[in-house]
Amino acid sequence: MLLQQLINGLTLGGVYALIALGYTMVYGILELINFAHGEIYMLGAYLGIIFLGLFTVIGLTSVSLPLALFFTVLLTIVVCSAYGFAMEKVAYKPLRNAPRLSPLISAIGISIFLQNYVMLTQGATDQVFPQRFGDSGLQFLNVSMTYLQALIIIVSGLLMLSLHLFIQKTRMGKAMRAVAQDKTMAALAGINVNGIISVTFIIGAGLAAMAGIMVASYYGLVNYYIGYIAGIKAFTAAVLGGIGNIPGAMVGGIILGLVESAGAAYISSEYKDAYAFIILIVILLIKPAGILGKNTEEKV
Amino acid sequence: MNYETIKKHPVLKSLLISLFAAILFLPFKDIKSSTILFAIMFIFISAVLLIKKSQILPALPKIRWAPPHFLRAASVPSVIMVFILLPFYLNDYYLDVLIMSGIYMLLALGLNIIVGFTGLLNLGFAAFYAIGAYTYAVVNTKLGLDFWVSVPLSAGITALSGIVLAIPALRLRGDYLAIVTLGFGEIARLVLNNWDSLTNGPNGITGIARPSLFGASLDKLNTYYYLVFIFVAIAVIIIRRVECSRIGRAWISIKENEIAASSLGINTTKYKLYAFGFGTVWAGIAGILFASKMQFVSPESFTFMESVLILSMVIVGGLGNTFGAIAGAFILVLLPELLREVQSYRMLILGIALVLLMLFRPQGILGGFKSVHFRR
Repeated sequence: MLLQQLINGLTLGGVYALIALGYTMVYGILELINFAHGEIYMLGAYLGIIFLGLFTVIGLTSVSLPLALFFTVLLTIVVCSAYGFAMEKVAYKPLRNAPRLSPLISAIGISIFLQNYVMLTQGATDQVFPQRFGDSGLQFLNVSMTYLQALIIIVSGLLMLSLHLFIQKTRMGKAMRAVAQDKTMAALAGINVNGIISVTFIIGAGLAAMAGIMVASYYGLVNYYIGYIAGIKAFTAAVLGGIGNIPGAMVGGIILGLVESAGAAYISSEYKDAYAFIILIVILLIKPAGILGKNTEEKV
Repeated sequence: MNYETIKKHPVLKSLLISLFAAILFLPFKDIKSSTILFAIMFIFISAVLLIKKSQILPALPKIRWAPPHFLRAASVPSVIMVFILLPFYLNDYYLDVLIMSGIYMLLALGLNIIVGFTGLLNLGFAAFYAIGAYTYAVVNTKLGLDFWVSVPLSAGITALSGIVLAIPALRLRGDYLAIVTLGFGEIARLVLNNWDSLTNGPNGITGIARPSLFGASLDKLNTYYYLVFIFVAIAVIIIRRVECSRIGRAWISIKENEIAASSLGINTTKYKLYAFGFGTVWAGIAGILFASKMQFVSPESFTFMESVLILSMVIVGGLGNTFGAIAGAFILVLLPELLREVQSYRMLILGIALVLLMLFRPQGILGGFKSVHFRR
């Protein structure tokens, strides 16, 4: 039972962590809560369904399912990244020197726009993921793990690992860290700050798109408002781990997933959505900067 | 031709942007609508960019019209007159919309104290609105207390809950405070949804009494309209007085620079608690007005979107500006109603309007008359 909840929690937590990474990366660089990030995840779920549906119609799925899935994932990530890129250019870049809360409102505007845009083009009813993966999976010690769950855990783990390596080891990752520390200084050192910010949005959107496809295939149903609750939970996860801190977002996401599935199983599933916030409030009161966040003294 | 020359050329740039948008739109709809979108965007963006490049706009004489003194002096009384006379000319539908805008004005005024004056971002303000509404709903249906007794009770309980939340939460800074208030809002909604014995769960509480005055029930829409706007007027007068007092100046100094404020001997925690208490009072009053108007409350009315809407009103109007909060509430309630003709597109247009407003006036409609720097 405990092990079963651990597996369910890890599946959920991996997805939260992938979305939380987008929040935390943008916050680390721009000190901005990208409120519309949850909508990118929703777009990812929809695009996954749309592209896989398209491949089913043209017959690629019956030729080779893995190939069709591969192209679905690839196309979804490309389109979602383009949405993330466009969002930054339209709603955030012109407001970089505006009062601090103005980008928050334009983000809310984008979020309302994207929700209604999807509702109007795709309809208000639930959309069904065209491929069922069934409940077959691994069985051991009374615990079952479907192949899909295993896949979600592995894929999110791999993505987080590669993001970590990208940030720590590559030249561009180094530039991102530099921009996060000090934009002016980074620009003086010859880093293309606007380019780095765009890359941050593109990577964040790509990760959210992946999370969207995985959730769509896991639950089988998506709707145009799923981005909102997933968005606030992922943001909670990012704050839980210490916002602006990339390993923190991963830890926060996984803790959130585990707490939620354990709480739903052992306490009461009616308050399923509240556990995330209760644990957040408790942790912030003990450690105000989040689990992995550094306590920075305010300078005069 | 390289990227830089394309960026400078208005038609090519617009071609690129429209093509990009059309491709992004394509998976969600068909090729035909995508082409239409492309054509519209191409024409529109080309026109905008060409006008910008041709320097026509700066060449036009700038209109600078400062209203004469007597007009400025007459503006407040005339606005009040218009509000008094409106119910005689409007049908019930528009009166209903105006009553809702009055309730949102109270909410925006309250949130403006917390976010606008003191600079504490609150993303769960709907929770206090809910506490005010449910307090009246419960004491009215279970204990039979009437409206006028419940007003101080609701306001008091709401302010108390605001202070109880603020005591632990004020240890946190900036966005951490924001997320805790967001969490509080969600928890409050979930409790209302699940505490069946008190709140009747998702079905809500029905049969809440309308207020009565000297034995006469105020159930006509136009009397209700006056009731709501009397509360708005009282709120404006009290808030303006407090804003100009020692407390108000302390709030603004905390927003401008908390460390400087505390080094000047301002007890920042105390004044932040005042802000939470005083701001949530108005949410409580808005809640009781809402509950008695609808005669029904359910958790549906107090979602996170509601908190976001109230915050948008405050920021659209101009942070820290009392009249801005009123203007913001008025516009954001009226705008979706005016767009009723295009029913299904109205939220889409609202989203675009919010983005455009921030792009062209990031400090809000009435903002910028005072400094609106935010604490980092």
